[in-house]
Amino acid sequence: MQTRARPNRLGIRGWVVGGRWGFERYLYTLHRLSGLGLLAYFVMHIFVTSTRAIGPESWDQAMSAVSGPLFAVGEYLVFAAFAFHAVNGIRLGAIELGFAVGRPIEPVYPYETSVGRQRRLARAVLMIAFVVAVWGGLDFFAWK
Amino acid sequence: MRDRTLWTWHIGAGLVILVLLGLHMTIMHLSATLGFLGVADAEPTEWASVAARAGSLFFTLTYVLLLGAALYHGFYGFRNILMELDPGRTLRRVIDVGLSVVGLALFAFGTWAALAAPGAATMGG
Repeated sequence: MQTRARPNRLGIRGWVVGGRWGFERYLYTLHRLSGLGLLAYFVMHIFVTSTRAIGPESWDQAMSAVSGPLFAVGEYLVFAAFAFHAVNGIRLGAIELGFAVGRPIEPVYPYETSVGRQRRLARAVLMIAFVVAVWGGLDFFAWK
Repeated sequence: MRDRTLWTWHIGAGLVILVLLGLHMTIMHLSATLGFLGVADAEPTEWASVAARAGSLFFTLTYVLLLGAALYHGFYGFRNILMELDPGRTLRRVIDVGLSVVGLALFAFGTWAALAAPGAATMGG
């Protein structure tokens, strides 16, 4: 990251459009979007929850300001973003440490790529994040 | 500090967040799930619950740890996204210093809020 040998000529388009990089590239984009969303929420959350330092009246006021169905949906989106970001983060960490990429093999036709071997893990990540998000949705809205 | 060291801290902070934010999300939002597990509690955002958590040294310590880990992980991740836009040397410096100052200020503010809450548990008792 200290080098400027290959400048990012595509800019934001390079982040959003997966192109030939495919499925994992969209997970990368979604990881960044969910991360930025979580960071924005987190900064607001620090200010809202800091009202407890002033006392119960201030806390209750802050809580009533962030209550209602719109905020409930917003909180659920934060929960779902966390579910995806966390599970996908585990995948990224595992791949960085060399797990789930398979052993090196001879480049014999038909070629098998490491990206192809990682796909099962990528699919598993989406499924786990989906299950956690659905479970959370039921807890947020149906099981109250 | 070298980027490799900062990146390693980023991964480490992610693991801390995974555990502590998972715990936080479960306590704050998955009340029915906690009920299934037999550890149902009062409404977590009511003042009595907030004061009870603030009075617990475990919750205070883990809150400050989560605050630091999440701010570092979030702002370092944001910095990496900005660096991919290939800013010049001066802008790179502005981003590094700016995000560090904002992150440290938020950490100081959040820590103050945790320790200043009425009845907050501190190491001094």
